[in-house]
Amino acid sequence: MSQAETTIHSRNAGGATIATSELSQSALSRGREAKPRKQRSRIKESILILVALLYAGGLLIAPLIAIVWGSLAEGAGAFAREITSTDAVSSFKLTLIMAATATVINTVFGLCIAWALVRDDFWGRRIINGLVDMPFAVSPVIAGFMLILLFGRGGWLTHLTEGIGLKVVFALPGILLATVFISLPFVIREVAPVLSQVSADQESAAHTMGASGWQTFWHVTLPAIRWGLLYGVSLTFARAVGEIGAVLVVSGGVSGLTETSTLFIYRSLDDRNYVGANAMSVVLAGVSFLILIVIEFFKKRAEDH
Amino acid sequence: MSVEQPQLNNPLPLATRGALPWGRWGIRWAAVIYLGFLVVLPLSAIIQNGLSGGLAAFWSDIVDPIAFGALKLTLTIAVIVTLINAAMGTLTAYVLVRYQFPGRRLFNSLIDMPFAIPTLVTGVMLVALYGPQRTLGAWLSSHGIQVVFATPGVVLALLVVTYPFVIRTVQPVLMEAERGQEEAAYTLGASGWTTFRRVVLPMILPAIITGSLLSFARALGEFGSVVVVAGNIPGRTLTAPVYVYGQIESQNQRGASSMSILLLALSFSLILIVEWMQSRKGKRNVAG
Repeated sequence: MSQAETTIHSRNAGGATIATSELSQSALSRGREAKPRKQRSRIKESILILVALLYAGGLLIAPLIAIVWGSLAEGAGAFAREITSTDAVSSFKLTLIMAATATVINTVFGLCIAWALVRDDFWGRRIINGLVDMPFAVSPVIAGFMLILLFGRGGWLTHLTEGIGLKVVFALPGILLATVFISLPFVIREVAPVLSQVSADQESAAHTMGASGWQTFWHVTLPAIRWGLLYGVSLTFARAVGEIGAVLVVSGGVSGLTETSTLFIYRSLDDRNYVGANAMSVVLAGVSFLILIVIEFFKKRAEDH
Repeated sequence: MSVEQPQLNNPLPLATRGALPWGRWGIRWAAVIYLGFLVVLPLSAIIQNGLSGGLAAFWSDIVDPIAFGALKLTLTIAVIVTLINAAMGTLTAYVLVRYQFPGRRLFNSLIDMPFAIPTLVTGVMLVALYGPQRTLGAWLSSHGIQVVFATPGVVLALLVVTYPFVIRTVQPVLMEAERGQEEAAYTLGASGWTTFRRVVLPMILPAIITGSLLSFARALGEFGSVVVVAGNIPGRTLTAPVYVYGQIESQNQRGASSMSILLLALSFSLILIVEWMQSRKGKRNVAG
């Protein structure tokens, strides 16, 4: 938004036909110019709003409309057939199971880590704090690759897992590990700040009065951090549902067995089954919208408290 | 981070401290072991693998023409995307905080959409809009603009995926900022633009930088949306994470590790800078 545009706006306003951008620099002419200036600023305001809305519309909304359109390109019947196909349904089930399991694991350990970061004091706490952010810095592909190096052929831990008859890479445990890894920081990063606002006095008071550690957590700490926690949990779930890079590397892509919904889309694209890819994308986008509504709700609550 | 507040780090009075050591130790070790297993162990494996051939081999993996081309392309695109994000994100945050207009609340909720929608779906969406067989894509390519399977597509995909970062870091700072100075400058005759540049911008600049660094780090590692939109043509649309994926698929593990180590080092140092900036801001707030 430069001087040039200011001039254009003022011409459109019709009020001032002179080079107003120069005038607006001059404090002396302010009184005389007061009225057109107000008008001008309103026009400038509308233009800024319009630019922001158009940018968001072009970037976020237009592709969304295009994909809904694309998935219905061969009619609603084709759409329904694609999303009710055996592969599509089983991949969607697997996605939900994996995301839910990963979310539970990360919630439990996330609470432990957040508590250790805020309430505990030990050597290495700062290192832990840095490590928590690592999954945000790691490209998902690299996350999957690290699991291959650990559990793949000749990997560091392959002997251990093979010893107990567990197949990790190209199997469900690998997908779960990958999902857990990439969604690890959310609960910790949302709970830690909230927890540090909750005074430890209440906890120790409950404790002095005879509550067990578990009772203290359940009746004192948890109610205080619940909105922040739920916000973190919903972010974790959203991220887990949508993961592709890590899962793609780790899974063998055996349809129906190790295929999540995102992998289903990926394979459909490879097979040039665009209606299938679009249909499943629409389903996942719909799920994301539901999660987004939940996220916004929890976020607002977390901010209010 | 408020984690650093000292009075909170001494949580339990001595009387109760004796009663809790088991739970306390349990949680501490659960945290350490969990992160050790999930983060430290895999990282060590990749570093060991990348350096297994010595530093010279690591270096030759990186300067391999295709690898280096992918790295250069990724960095260039990340810079472009970050600059656009800095400008448009600031504008959007400003509009959201300062102006009233119908649909503002809805708009505000939509900002987080790219965080919720799977990145692969983002890619499919962009192909659905700009793909060669689609109306818009066909019209653009008849005017000589190729979006999908070309560099603009990659830029577009990354713009969508990193859309919320700058907005979400600048917004709270703008909301907290007092409007007094701004209004004073305006009343004294500064134009809207001058007021923004001289008064508002210095205030929100740290937040813009933070958001930009986050979106840069994200752009470096993005895979799901890029792999769909890009044609993975070396030097033109093959980004570093997609290159890593290709190397894994073709069983060149060390090549994949070397590039991974470089990407990891880059984005982790960016995130450390962001943490450092935020902890500095936190201290300043406490001091003021």
